[in-house]
Amino acid sequence: MTLGEGGNHSLMDVATAIDLLAPRLSPAATGARNVRRLSGGASLETWAFDLSDGTPLILRRRPDGALPRETALPLASEAALIRAAAAAGAPSPGVAHICEPGDQLGEAYVMHRLEGETLGRRIVRDEAFAAVRPGLARRCGEVLAQIHATPTDHLPPLATSDARGELARYEGVYRDLDARRPILEAAFRWLEAIAPAPPERPVLVHGDFRNGNLMIHPDRGLVGVLDWELAHLGDPAEDLGWICVNSWRFGEWRKPVGGFGDYAELLAGYGGYISLDRVRFWQALGSLKWAVMCLMMYQSFATGADRSVERAMIGRRTSEAEIDLVTLMEGAA
Amino acid sequence: MITHPTAAELAQAVAAFDAEVATPGDARHAFLSRVADNARAILAREAEQGATLEAEATARLGDLLGETGDFEALNHQLCEALRRGGISPLDARLLAHLKATAIGQIAIDQPTYGGLAALLSAGGGA
Repeated sequence: MTLGEGGNHSLMDVATAIDLLAPRLSPAATGARNVRRLSGGASLETWAFDLSDGTPLILRRRPDGALPRETALPLASEAALIRAAAAAGAPSPGVAHICEPGDQLGEAYVMHRLEGETLGRRIVRDEAFAAVRPGLARRCGEVLAQIHATPTDHLPPLATSDARGELARYEGVYRDLDARRPILEAAFRWLEAIAPAPPERPVLVHGDFRNGNLMIHPDRGLVGVLDWELAHLGDPAEDLGWICVNSWRFGEWRKPVGGFGDYAELLAGYGGYISLDRVRFWQALGSLKWAVMCLMMYQSFATGADRSVERAMIGRRTSEAEIDLVTLMEGAA
Repeated sequence: MITHPTAAELAQAVAAFDAEVATPGDARHAFLSRVADNARAILAREAEQGATLEAEATARLGDLLGETGDFEALNHQLCEALRRGGISPLDARLLAHLKATAIGQIAIDQPTYGGLAALLSAGGGA
């Protein structure tokens, strides 16, 4: 992929800018090496590099001209939240630097590169993680309790949402797509009827806490919570429910928490009282949201915004969320 | 008919990918190549099972709604009834139809998905 066209930063531009920034990232560093692009969505790029003193780092940056996703936070806010959650005790990558205009990197920040694995399939199956898997669900509960205990007074501006608000927002998106999916129609009405009242005190919700966004070390377990761009203020049960959505169990469907643990372990780790019913409500809403997201991503193929076979195919993952919703509705009937 | 995407759209996307020239060692192309293989597998399963599934769904919808019509019309009618509250989301006959629909579509889209086993094991896990 050529990044140098259309005003975008090329590998050379990014490598040069990082090299110049290096002395500010570590006093012992004179430059940077091994600059490489790890992934690139349309809305966010991730780059890995090493300082000349050996420090392994990650750069997250918004591609030039890319509009942030409607619900995604500015990267400076994301970095501020990682710092705040880390101060509250949650394992995090550690933010090294929030980029300024003079850094020539656009909207971006630098964080430490953690050692471990984020690929869910490996975390639920590989022998390398057999030792840490049994304690992982409880640990996820503990870490969510830390994130939710982050003081909210001095956080960057965040949206506040609750169950009814999320349902209405996603139903609006679904209506705009003009799809005819009876399972989703039924799920909207079912969840609307049982939606819990807003929490007494909205907490910092990570918004995408699932197997796939957690850095897992083979010996030390959960060492970092990644991808904070959907963080907001809301119902703590939202995060507990999202990690139980079957789509992130990677085939290990009998283990509801991320494909590696049970509800009771997650709730025991969390401590403070949250009912299993409330978690299961948010899990079901999570499957419904995932169904609508799959349809939205397909829509970018249909409108011609992204004609890749990947965008077309993601639409066919709507049915995985639908079958999970049917199981949940059957269980409730 | 399965939509979002339809089989025709999926076939178009695969054909467009096949027409692209790959640069050796291009990781993105290698990834998309696996996605295209999955798409071809879906198209093969849909060609085999799609018409039967649609006929069965149309018959179920006719029974459920007490109406006659083609799949698109009846499916639309069911969506409207759910939206307006004419059918309760946890109605047993509705759920039987939705269950059969979900099982039929996952058999085409993603037959190894764990949610199928979870649904068939009746109330467990998911």
